[in-house]
Amino acid sequence: MSQYIRDNHDTDGIDRRGFLKCMAWAGTGTYCVLQGGVLKSFALSDIMQHQPGSLKGDLSFVQISDSHIGFNKDANPDVTATLREAIAKINSLPTPPSFVLHTGDLTHLSKPEEFDTLAESLKSVKTERIFYVPGEHDVLNDNGEMYRQRFAQQTKGDGWHSFDQKGAHFIGLVNVMNLKAGGLGSLGPQQLEWIEKDVSRLKISTPIVVFAHIPLWAVYPQWGWGTDDSEQALSYLKRFASVTVLNGHIHQTMQKVEGNVTFHTAMSTAFPQPQPGQAESPGPMKVPADRLRGLLGITDVNFMRNKHTLGIVDSPLS
Amino acid sequence: MKIKQSVSSLWIVGLLVVAGFGLFLLFGTPQTHAAAPADNAPHAIEVKIDNFSFGPMTLSVPSGTTVTWTNNDDVPHTVVSDDHATFKSPALDTGEKFSFTFDKPGKYAYFCSVHPKMTAQVVVQ
Repeated sequence: MSQYIRDNHDTDGIDRRGFLKCMAWAGTGTYCVLQGGVLKSFALSDIMQHQPGSLKGDLSFVQISDSHIGFNKDANPDVTATLREAIAKINSLPTPPSFVLHTGDLTHLSKPEEFDTLAESLKSVKTERIFYVPGEHDVLNDNGEMYRQRFAQQTKGDGWHSFDQKGAHFIGLVNVMNLKAGGLGSLGPQQLEWIEKDVSRLKISTPIVVFAHIPLWAVYPQWGWGTDDSEQALSYLKRFASVTVLNGHIHQTMQKVEGNVTFHTAMSTAFPQPQPGQAESPGPMKVPADRLRGLLGITDVNFMRNKHTLGIVDSPLS
Repeated sequence: MKIKQSVSSLWIVGLLVVAGFGLFLLFGTPQTHAAAPADNAPHAIEVKIDNFSFGPMTLSVPSGTTVTWTNNDDVPHTVVSDDHATFKSPALDTGEKFSFTFDKPGKYAYFCSVHPKMTAQVVVQ
């Protein structure tokens, strides 16, 4: 319980009330801007009315997450259809994304035909490239071998990798392998060592974007929503002026700012999960059919280098 | 002739006695065992996986018991001993089962390798 955010004592202007307010807007779309370490959140409709130009940046990309291809239960019997709707949403963005990040749980059961359906569906995304990190559902029976062969050939270790885009440095991490009994997500010593080396050559002004499946902050450890050794990984990133951490896994949007680090989780394209502690377990949440698409969606990220600003917009499917 | 008949009758009686004893051995024996103390009979016990937890979380069983886990959740779970070696199920989808027979006494801690917060144990006497 102690690790769950009750109050945020950082001087970032966001307390629990503000945080929940931000979350409440998630259903209609939220625009969150990081300016000089201060997170400002606006309802998406306001942004569209008052600041139509503000969504343009030096770099824009989209995060999608938790497609769970193969899931067919009540919460959403057709996850391929909602993935297609998410793709249509991406393809209708005013600024086409330079690339797309998929933050894991591509499939529900790591089956070859599920990976096939996902890959086939994502071919219609209008973007240059899609980068992946695995979720625990993608590495179920073979330690992620099939996942890596198909989606992570140019990666290291269990599938971690980094790349540079327009002056920003992106790091894709794997925290769903070799999990220990009673523990949370895990990066492991090998990957931690690699992260330290990977960022050692970078200037402190380089904006860093980290993406991984399980949250790299203690969202709700009781449900396994956190990563055991994430603090060590983040310690290597402390010196950087701007760090953005994008995660999936919890099938809902959440945001927290700690110093120069902004944490954000994305919606699923498949099914929603309950808010922390609001159900007996974190299992798929069944909602009336007309509410489902309001709880699924994509995340659009815009980075404005000179303004030192990062904009994150969560857009539900409907 | 009469004597011969008697001999044949004796043979038939004898055969019947032997056959009867055989039948007793075949069918009588297990009945006798079934009536013996339950410890000697093979056991089968179910563990249910509901709402991201194993039920019961601690299960005490005599040696030789076969434990069968059934996943009732909408998401896959696994049943893996903490040493990752003694027993390790594949991912169990909704309704799927996994069984393991515990032949040696001891404490067997296990967890779900997909959701490692799910832990439980089998105590074998």
